[in-house]
Amino acid sequence: MARGLVENGCVVAASYPGTPASEILSAIDTWRKAERVNMHVEWAVNEKVSFEIAFAASQTGLRAVTAMKQVGLNVASDPLMSAAYLGTVGGFVVISADDPGPHSSQTEQDSRLMAMQAKIPVLDPSSPAEARDLVGLAFQMSEEFEVPVMLRPTTRVCHACQDIVVRPVQDLQRRADFRKDPKRWAATPTFRYALHVKLNQTLSRIAAYAPSAPRCLNPAHGNRRAVVASGVSAAHALEVMSASGLWDSFAFYQVVQPYPLHSAFVEEIRAAYDEVLVLEETAGVIEMQLRDHRRVRGKLSGFVPEAGELLPEEIERILNRFAGRPAPELPEAVPAVGRRPTLCPGCPHRASFYAIKKAAPQGIYPSDIGCYTLGVNLGGVDTVLCMGAAIGQAAGFYQAYRIAGQPRDIVATIGDSTFFHAGIPPLIDAVVQGARFVLVILDNSTTAMTGNQPTPSQGTPSGKAVDIASVVAGCGVEFCRSADPLDLPAFTVLVKDALAFSREQGVAVVIAKSPCLVDKSARHAKRPQASVDAACTGCRLCTGQFECPALVYDEASGKVMVDTMICSGCGVCLDVCPVKAIRQGGVQP
Amino acid sequence: MISQQLIISGVGGQGILFITRLLAETAIAKGVPVLTSETHGMAQRGGIVISHLKVGAFSSPLVRPGHADGLIALKPGNVQIHRSFLRPDGWIAANAGGSLSPGEHEEAATIDADTIAMQLGNPQAVNLIVLGRALAMGRLFCTPDEVDRAVRQRLQGKPPLLEEALAALAAGTGAVR
Repeated sequence: MARGLVENGCVVAASYPGTPASEILSAIDTWRKAERVNMHVEWAVNEKVSFEIAFAASQTGLRAVTAMKQVGLNVASDPLMSAAYLGTVGGFVVISADDPGPHSSQTEQDSRLMAMQAKIPVLDPSSPAEARDLVGLAFQMSEEFEVPVMLRPTTRVCHACQDIVVRPVQDLQRRADFRKDPKRWAATPTFRYALHVKLNQTLSRIAAYAPSAPRCLNPAHGNRRAVVASGVSAAHALEVMSASGLWDSFAFYQVVQPYPLHSAFVEEIRAAYDEVLVLEETAGVIEMQLRDHRRVRGKLSGFVPEAGELLPEEIERILNRFAGRPAPELPEAVPAVGRRPTLCPGCPHRASFYAIKKAAPQGIYPSDIGCYTLGVNLGGVDTVLCMGAAIGQAAGFYQAYRIAGQPRDIVATIGDSTFFHAGIPPLIDAVVQGARFVLVILDNSTTAMTGNQPTPSQGTPSGKAVDIASVVAGCGVEFCRSADPLDLPAFTVLVKDALAFSREQGVAVVIAKSPCLVDKSARHAKRPQASVDAACTGCRLCTGQFECPALVYDEASGKVMVDTMICSGCGVCLDVCPVKAIRQGGVQP
Repeated sequence: MISQQLIISGVGGQGILFITRLLAETAIAKGVPVLTSETHGMAQRGGIVISHLKVGAFSSPLVRPGHADGLIALKPGNVQIHRSFLRPDGWIAANAGGSLSPGEHEEAATIDADTIAMQLGNPQAVNLIVLGRALAMGRLFCTPDEVDRAVRQRLQGKPPLLEEALAALAAGTGAVR
C-alpha cells in the first residue's frame, strides 16, 4: 500500500499507529527517503487529527492519505462523515485496517459499514499486491468523483508479505492551491442538504463505474450457483476451490468494491443464479445489498459465522456445505497451552503495577490501550474500554462512589502515547468536576505495542517536543510528580503520597518515567542479571504476583531460577522477594 | 514450479519475522512467488508467535491445517501446538535438547539451539541455528548457500551482525567455518 501511494503521487501522509495498520506510515517514509520524494509524512497525535491533516491537503489539490486501524476510524468518524459531503479535490484515500479474529483489537467491527454510513466507496483488497493496485484506483476514483475513497485491508493483507515488481514513482507536479468556496468548505445546513443530494447521485454513478466492478474469475462455469467473495476471503476461496475440485462447481465472483455494490452486478446475480454464497469479513455488507434472503447464503442468513475470522479451513467447510459435499476431516488441533502474552522481562510497567497494588490494595484500577493492558495478568488492570477511557472511567467511578458516600481508592493507568491521543479532555473534565483519583502516566517515551513509533514528548525534526508534566499542570492538576518505577520502594512511596493527596484534594498525577526495553532508540543502563540464592523458599510470589517471565519456578529443586536468556537485569525482583533471596550479579547455585 | 508451505513457530522476541523474511527473500531471489503471513501486535508480547510461508502459486497467505510441508519450531513445546498444520508426510526441525518422536511418515530433526547460541555468545541466534538445522535436512525449497546469500544481502553494511548471523546459520547446518 505504501509503495502504491508513493507511486501514485501521494505527497501528504498522516497516521496514528494501531495493529494491523502500524507499518503503513513507516513504509511510506522509507519509500519517501529511497525515492527522494518531497512529502509530508507524520505520526499524528490521534486519528482524527491525522484525517484532518490529510483532508486539508486534498482540499488544496494534493494527493493525500490517512491510515489507521478500524477503531481509529471511530475516533476519526466525525471528520469522515462530514468530508464525504464536502468531497475532495486532490485524491484522498482513507485506509482503515480491520482485524477479524480479533488478533489485536477491542472489536471486530467492519470499516465497510462505516463507509456505508459515510456514503463513500470502499475497496477491499485480497492481497498485498492487489492492495497496491487498488491504491491507484482509489486515487483515480477520488479525483473523478470528488469523494474520499476508503481502502479496507484486513490483518491478513496488512501482515502478509508478497513479491511485487515496483513501478516508477509519478511526480504529478502539483502545488497547493486552496480555492475558497465557503458554500462548500464551510457549508451551513441548507447547503449540506444540497451536498447530500449530490453525494447520493455520485454514489449511483460509482455503482456503475467499470474499473471497480466485480470480476467473474471462471467465466466458462455454466452453473446456476455462484460464490461471491471479497477481501482475503476471496483469496482463501480461490485457493480452496482450485485445490479441492470445486473450481467448476460454481460461478466465482470477486468483489473489489463492496460498497456501493454495482447495480448491474446485483441484477445479474438475481437473474442468473438460483443460489448464491457470499464470503466476506466481518459483516454481511455485500449480502445485505444483494437483498434476496431466499437465495443468498451468508452471514445474515446464518450460513456463515457472524463473528471471528474466516480462516481458509472454515471457508473450505462452508464451500463444501454449499456444494452438498462432506468436508474433509481436519487433523485435531492441540489447544495452545503455551505462554500467554505478557509484559517483557524488565518492562517498567510491571514495576508500576506492582507498586500500585502495594499502595492501593483495595483500589479500582481503570486502564487503557497499549502494552500495559497486559497488566491485567498482574491484577493491576480492572477495566479497558477504549483510548483515553482510563481517565474518564476513573472520574466516573469516583462520582458513582461519591454519591453513595463510600469513597474508594482509584488508580488509573494510561500510556504516554494514549494520554496525548485521548487523555487530555477527560483529565480537564476530572479537574473541573472535582474528581479524586490517582492517574499514573506510564511514560516509556514511545508507542511500544505497535512498534515504537514516536510520541509528542520527543518532538520531530521540524517541531518542538511537548512535555507531559506541563500538559498535566495546564489541565489544572495540582499534584504531579515524576519517578522511575524501577526504583520500586521509592516509587511505591510516591504512589502512596499521591493517594493521600487524591483522597483529600483532587486528581494526583504520577509520571512513571522509564524507557521501553524494546525501544532501540532509548538508552538503557546495563546492569548485571539477577540470581537466586539458597535462601529462596519457593513461595512463588515473584512468579505469581510479579509474573516476570525471566523468573521460573523449578519443580525439582522447589526454588525459583533466573532465565538468563531473557533477564534484562532491571533488578526490580530484588525488592519483590520477601526473603531477599534474589541478588544482582552472582552465580546461581 | 516449486511449491512449498511452511509453518514457523516460537514465542515473541525470538526473531520469527526475521527468518520468515529471509526465506521470503530467498524465494524472490530464486524467482518464485512468495506469500507470508505474520503475527504482530499484542500477540507478539512473549506469547506464541506463528508465521505462514507459502512458496509457489498460491493466493491465500495462510496454510490450512494438514497442508504444511514443514514445521520449524523455535521452542520445543511449539511442536505439539502447531503439528496439526503438517501433512502426514511432513518434516519438523525443532529447537530441543532431546529427540522428537515423529509420526509414522514424518521426519524430525532437533538441535539444542539454546545451548549453541550461548556457546556462540549470541542468545538471539536461536532462530538462525534452527533454520540451519532445517536446511541441513535437505527438504526446504532452498539450499544453505541460497539462504547464506540472502543473509549477506539483508545484513549488508552491518558487518558485525552479518558475521554473527552467518556463524549461527553455519552452526545449525553443521558446516565448519
